[in-house]
Amino acid sequence: MTDLTPMLPAPEPRPAEPDSQTPTASLAGLTPKARRQRLDRLAELAAVHAEEKGRSLWAEAFRRLRRNPAAVAGTVVLLLFVLVALIGPLFVPYDPTSTAWADQVKEGQNIIPGPSAQHWFGLDHNGRDEFSRVIVGARQTLLVGVVATALGLIVGCLLGGLAGSAYGLGGRAGRRIDNVVMRVIDMLLAMPSLLLAVSIAALLGPSLTTVMIAIGVISVPVFARLLRGSMLAQANSEYVTAATALGVRRWRIALVHVLPNSLGPVLVQATLTLATAIIEAAALSFLGLGNPDPAVPEWGVMLTDALTRLEVAPRLTIYPAVGIIITAFGFTLLGEALREALDPKLRR
Amino acid sequence: MLRYIVRRLLQLIPTLLGLSVILFIWLHRLPGGPETAILGERGTDETRAKLRHDLGLDEPLWIQYFRFMRRMITGNLGTSISTHRPVVTEFAERFPGTVELTVSALIIAIGLGIPLGYLAARRRGSIVDHGSVAGSLLGICVPIFVLAYLVKEVFAVKLGWFPAAGRQDVTIDATRVTNFYVLDGMLTGEWDAAADALKHLVLPAFTLATIPLAIIIRMTRASVLEVLGEDYVRTAEAKGLTERVVRRRHVLRNALLPIVTTIGLLTGGLLSGAVLTETVYSFTGIGQFIAESIDRRDYPVLMGFIMFVAVIYVTVNLLVDISYGLIDPRVRVR
Repeated sequence: MTDLTPMLPAPEPRPAEPDSQTPTASLAGLTPKARRQRLDRLAELAAVHAEEKGRSLWAEAFRRLRRNPAAVAGTVVLLLFVLVALIGPLFVPYDPTSTAWADQVKEGQNIIPGPSAQHWFGLDHNGRDEFSRVIVGARQTLLVGVVATALGLIVGCLLGGLAGSAYGLGGRAGRRIDNVVMRVIDMLLAMPSLLLAVSIAALLGPSLTTVMIAIGVISVPVFARLLRGSMLAQANSEYVTAATALGVRRWRIALVHVLPNSLGPVLVQATLTLATAIIEAAALSFLGLGNPDPAVPEWGVMLTDALTRLEVAPRLTIYPAVGIIITAFGFTLLGEALREALDPKLRR
Repeated sequence: MLRYIVRRLLQLIPTLLGLSVILFIWLHRLPGGPETAILGERGTDETRAKLRHDLGLDEPLWIQYFRFMRRMITGNLGTSISTHRPVVTEFAERFPGTVELTVSALIIAIGLGIPLGYLAARRRGSIVDHGSVAGSLLGICVPIFVLAYLVKEVFAVKLGWFPAAGRQDVTIDATRVTNFYVLDGMLTGEWDAAADALKHLVLPAFTLATIPLAIIIRMTRASVLEVLGEDYVRTAEAKGLTERVVRRRHVLRNALLPIVTTIGLLTGGLLSGAVLTETVYSFTGIGQFIAESIDRRDYPVLMGFIMFVAVIYVTVNLLVDISYGLIDPRVRVR
């Protein structure tokens, strides 16, 4: 907005008048031709203005994302992962829960058959097809990550949005609401996240739903703090003053004006949380609080089972571990690129 | 300054009180109370009821809570239901191990992270830069218990360079003074005991350090990059000051604030990571004990530990806030 000069058309041959520096200078005392030219110039400026407005923060961010190789790499990894998770289970060669080849596995003699033409990734310790389990496990992992993050995002944004808009726009009573909400958030933040997740999981009993809830809850305070901080920063901006002066209602300012402008950091955090959610889910499985049904393939549970057999069959650890690492890496790359793209300091 | 510290300390009281109430109610709602954990499936309804009465669990919750708070204020966290020993004694024995582990991990993370982050920023776009950024992004994506197992497998089992488990070799009969094994060895002059304890620390500490290291590298890089763009850095260089002087007086000093904040926030993550790392390395610290206590519904231990950790966390962050004044004189004025 501040610098329009690069977008102006090449200067036309100037009329003879000495005061042609700005198009807004007085139109009086000009020849009709010069006057027309000057009005055209004004119109052009106005047109440029409209174009400028069309380039929103998001469009700009998207343009920069496309040019960032890290973002593209992250997106490709994630698309592959989502594709595998969604349609992969339809194409797996065997039933992932079938133990039809259990007779080939002799744990006492440390024999777990490795990769072959029939079983691409070999068998697991119960004689199940590892390849099918890895593919179907992707779906469980995606489900845990997405549901947990969505839960944290929704609850966190409700709390943070309430506190942020109350503090920013609600006057004295609002500050009190904010204070109460943020003290609760601070308490949650003062606990180590894994321990909080463990106590939630212990309260609800081990299951996949538990894992999702536990991981969702530990990300609530992070989202709440971020959105509140971001909304507070926006609450003092000029457009809020303008909207207030125009008589727009306060809840409308909060929802329509402030909220959309504050969502950037939250979106970045959500992408990064998807990565940590997958890792934390594996950690909860490791501590014995994950899905108690060993038949359902899930990367965290597979990893935990495999780690105790690291000596015998390291590959059983490697497959799910690489799956988790690559997926988390994809989300992290995309999240970091998004952060850069949305950073107003780096806007060009 | 003193007034600021006192005010901050007073602000902590409602937060910690609220936390204690929530946790107390929460932990008592966990299914399968301690009487199930102690008696197992064998207990009859009668013996269960008697045990609940003996443990004071049949009284109203708020009475239990006030009893708990009264004890806690006098420094008594109660008796562990599973080991029948005072919780404070259990912590005193195990917490030094966790402190040794987390502090070593933090030293590794800071010692490597700040130089690497600085170098990455200084040589922006170079191999060092891309390498440390990619490495740190990858570092936070590896589940710590997987890394712990792999590191143990390679460096302890296969190569045999370091011990695979424990805090000290069982054959060493070291004198205990503070329960910080390395420090004890140094205090009593039992140098081989200290060296052995240090050797046991290497693998768990490096494992635990990966995530803080990754975070510190990225934070340092971003912060240094911002400072490098400042006019005063260009001026300092133009004046012909040596790289060393510019780095220490102009760049790092100004870049340090956000880095110190990040280090303060790492405390919680380090303690969570310690639970996993200690479990894999059979490292007799508090994390391992907590994992067992969750299984046994050992309320006094869990309650004491979470309050304890919350106090540590807020204290560390208070210290971080105070250290701002030491690092940046401008903060002191305000």
